Amino acid sequence: MKLIRAIVRPEKLGDVLKALFQAEVHGLTVTHVKGHGGETDLVETYRGTTVKMELHDKVMLDIGVSDHFVEPTVQAILQSARTGEVGDGKIFVIPVEKIYRIRTGEEDEAAVTPVTVTS
Amino acid sequence: MRLRFALLLAPGLLTFPAQAQDATSAAISGGDTAWMLIATALVLLMTPALAFFYGGLVRAKNVLNTMMMSFIALGVSGVLWALLGYSLAFGEGSAWVGDLSMALLRGVGLEASGSIPHLLFMAFQGTFAIITAALISGAIVERMQFKAYLWFIALWGLLVYAPVAHWVWGGGWLADLGALDFAGGAVVHVNAAAAAIAAVLFLGPRKDYGRQAMLPHNVPFVLLGAGLLWFGWFGFNGGSALAAGESAALAFVNTMLAPAATLLVWTLLDLGREGKVTAVGAATAIVVGLVAITPAAGFIAPWAALLLGAISALPSYFAILWRPRTRFDDSLDVFAAHGLGGITGALLTGVFAQTSWGGTDGLLFGNPGQFVAQLVSVLAVLLYSGVVSYLILKALSLFMPVRTIARAEAVGLDVVLHGEEAYTDGEGAILLLEHERANGTVPAPAPQPHPATS
Repeated sequence: MKLIRAIVRPEKLGDVLKALFQAEVHGLTVTHVKGHGGETDLVETYRGTTVKMELHDKVMLDIGVSDHFVEPTVQAILQSARTGEVGDGKIFVIPVEKIYRIRTGEEDEAAVTPVTVTS
Repeated sequence: MRLRFALLLAPGLLTFPAQAQDATSAAISGGDTAWMLIATALVLLMTPALAFFYGGLVRAKNVLNTMMMSFIALGVSGVLWALLGYSLAFGEGSAWVGDLSMALLRGVGLEASGSIPHLLFMAFQGTFAIITAALISGAIVERMQFKAYLWFIALWGLLVYAPVAHWVWGGGWLADLGALDFAGGAVVHVNAAAAAIAAVLFLGPRKDYGRQAMLPHNVPFVLLGAGLLWFGWFGFNGGSALAAGESAALAFVNTMLAPAATLLVWTLLDLGREGKVTAVGAATAIVVGLVAITPAAGFIAPWAALLLGAISALPSYFAILWRPRTRFDDSLDVFAAHGLGGITGALLTGVFAQTSWGGTDGLLFGNPGQFVAQLVSVLAVLLYSGVVSYLILKALSLFMPVRTIARAEAVGLDVVLHGEEAYTDGEGAILLLEHERANGTVPAPAPQPHPATS
C-alpha cells in the first residue's frame, strides 16, 4: 500500500483527473496549495506596490492505492500533468502503515479497492 | 422616428459656446436637458455593468482581463468619439459616412440640438459608441492580446461604428430607406454581434474549448451585471427619444415590459427542458429581452412589446444550447444574445410598429415594406461590420500578435497581461525594493535550478 501525493499545476487538474479515471483510479482527495518549484516568479503591480509572487497556486492530490496500482497511477499523472516547463510539480510515493475505510471498517488493500456503487 | 440627423445645425456657425447659448436658449428645454443628462449617465453605467456581466462568466484567472476589455472602452472609444467618431457619424457627409466638419468637437457647443444642448447630444451618443465596442469583447475573452484589443476597438469605432451609426441616425442611406431603429438594434447590437463573429473566426477557439469545462467563476456578478444593465437601459432606450416626453415614456415602459416577458418565457423553457430554472439563464434572458426591444422601444404598443420580448427568447435560447457543441467559440454568446436578439427585435419592429405609437406602420398594420426595410438594414449591417471587422484584425496581425500564446492562456491572462490577480490573499508576495528591479520595472528572472537526475 502506498500513498501517492502529486503536486500539479491547477490548469492541468482536469487533464490529470481524466487520465486517472481512465486508469481506473477513482479514490482521491484534492487540496489547493501554494508552493515554489523554481519557476520564474511572476511580477505584479498594484498602484505603486510591485511584488514578486514567490508562491504559485498548485493542486495537491492524495491517492491511497494498493501496490499494483502504483505504477499505472504514477504514469497517468506523469503523462497528463507535464507541460515541459519548470513548475510542472512532483509526485511522491509514500509507504503507508495502515488504511481503514471508515464506512465498513475494512482495512488495508480492501479499504482502497474501489467498490462499484449500485443504486 | 429619430430626428437626430435633422437637428444638426451648420457646423462652425457659432464659434463661442456662450454666444451659442444666448442665441438659442429659447429652443433648449430644461426638462429635456435634465432627462438627457441622467440618461447619458445611465448609459455610461452600462459599460461597467457589462464588465460585471462578462467578468462573472469567465474563469477566475481571466476576470480582470475580461472586465478591463469593457472598462478600457470608456477611455479608447470615449476619447476617439470626441476627436473623430462623432463627426464621422453625425457630420453632414454623404449617404455612407459623415465628414470631418465636427472633428475635435469643432462647432459642437451649447447651442440647441433639438431641445437639448448639442454637446450633450454628442456625449449621449458617445456612451453608445463605448458600449458597442465593449460588447464585442464577450466573443473573444480569455485569448486576445490586450494591446491588439486596444487597436481593434479604436479602429473599429472609426471604421465600423461611426459609418453604421451614420447610415441609420446620421441621415445616411438606411435612414432614407425608412429603416426604423429607435435606440440601436442594428447600429449597436447587430453591429457588435457581426464584429463578434468575425473576431471568433479570426482568433479561433480557446485552447481548452471543447476539451475542458470552462465555467462561470462568479454567478452573482453575472446577476449584478444584468441588473445594472437593465437599469442603464432605461437611459439607453428612454434617452433615445432625446426629450422627456411621450416617446421617452413609451420607450421606458417597453424597456420594462419586454425583458420581463423574455425572462418569463426563458424560465418556462428552462422548466420544460430540465425542470430547473438557472440563474445564468435568467441573467441572459434579461439581456436578450433588452436587446430585442431596443430598435422597437419608441415605435410599438406596450402589448406588442410584451409579445416581442416573449418571441425573442426562442432563437437565443436554442442558439445558446446548440453553439457549445460546435467549434465556434463565441465564448459569452455575443451572437446568440446580441445578434439574434437584435435581428429578432429589428425584424419585429417592422411587424409591430404603429404610427399611432410614434413609428411607421409595420407589416401587421398593412405595410409590408417596413419589414423589408428592416431586413435590408440588418443584412447590410451584418455584412459590412463582419467584413470590415475581419479585415481590421487581419491588418493588425501583420503588425502585432493578436492572440495570446497557449502558456499565457493556461496561467491566466490577468497575471500575464495585466500583472494583477483578482483574488489574491497576498501570501508569498515579496515586496520588490527599488534596487531589486532591473531596468526599474522588471526584475531579473529567478535562477534556474539544476534538475535532479534520477
